Amino acid sequence: MLPSYLTMAAILFCIGLYGALVKRNAVIVLLSIELMLNAVNLNLVAFSKYGVVPSLTGQVFALFTITVAAAEAAVGVAVLIALFRARGTVNLDEFDEMRR
Amino acid sequence: MFNIDFNGEFATFFIFSAIMIIGAVLMVSLQKVVHMVISMAGVFLGLAGMFVLLDAEFVAFVQVLIYAGAVSILMIFGIMMTNHQAAKADPVKPLHETLAAVAALCLFGMLFYAIRTTDFPDAQPMKAVEDNTSSIGELLYTGYVVPFELLSVLLTVAFIGAIAIAKKGAD
Repeated sequence: MLPSYLTMAAILFCIGLYGALVKRNAVIVLLSIELMLNAVNLNLVAFSKYGVVPSLTGQVFALFTITVAAAEAAVGVAVLIALFRARGTVNLDEFDEMRR
Repeated sequence: MFNIDFNGEFATFFIFSAIMIIGAVLMVSLQKVVHMVISMAGVFLGLAGMFVLLDAEFVAFVQVLIYAGAVSILMIFGIMMTNHQAAKADPVKPLHETLAAVAALCLFGMLFYAIRTTDFPDAQPMKAVEDNTSSIGELLYTGYVVPFELLSVLLTVAFIGAIAIAKKGAD
């Protein structure tokens, strides 16, 4: 059963990566990053049941990851709101002054 | 190649993975941002079901509370605060999208190859513990008490910082 869970997590991670690379709305890019973090959580919990040394440690790690992801989402949305106030848009194509 | 016995766990796994893949594909293909967030909530709920399947009930409930509840609502608020009236579609950039799709597919190919060729040792799957929540609580307050406290500091700092950043331009 372990390879099925790992494959599922790989599919989710790759869809999240595609979304983060293609989408131009910054909120959706944040959401795609959440999807990638979720795929990692699935790996951690799957290894905590089916790994070589099964234990609860994987679930504790998944909880830590969820906490850090929640902090990341909150700070990300706050930065986006500040950016929207300053620039009037959240389209990522318009934040390119460091490229020029 | 797929040496899987078709039992109840696999059937449930299949249903949840179908929900999650459909939600994730809808997320990248839908046009309106609010619909994308709703389909992501479906993915989060499917993942919570998969955690229940893996005997991780506490993580599953945390997943529903934090992701399907808090993060989805936070993202909807983010959309509401930013571009609630911008309905114009993104300009299509075929080369950029093709390159991103190729990159994601290459990564998936490598991961899939690695997963299929690795010989996972046949360890006994962990028996579901009597009380998942209290075992995790014991583990958090004995072996992982230092990371737990550090994480609480991190969360407090992040939320105060988020409030400060979002409030600065308001006045």
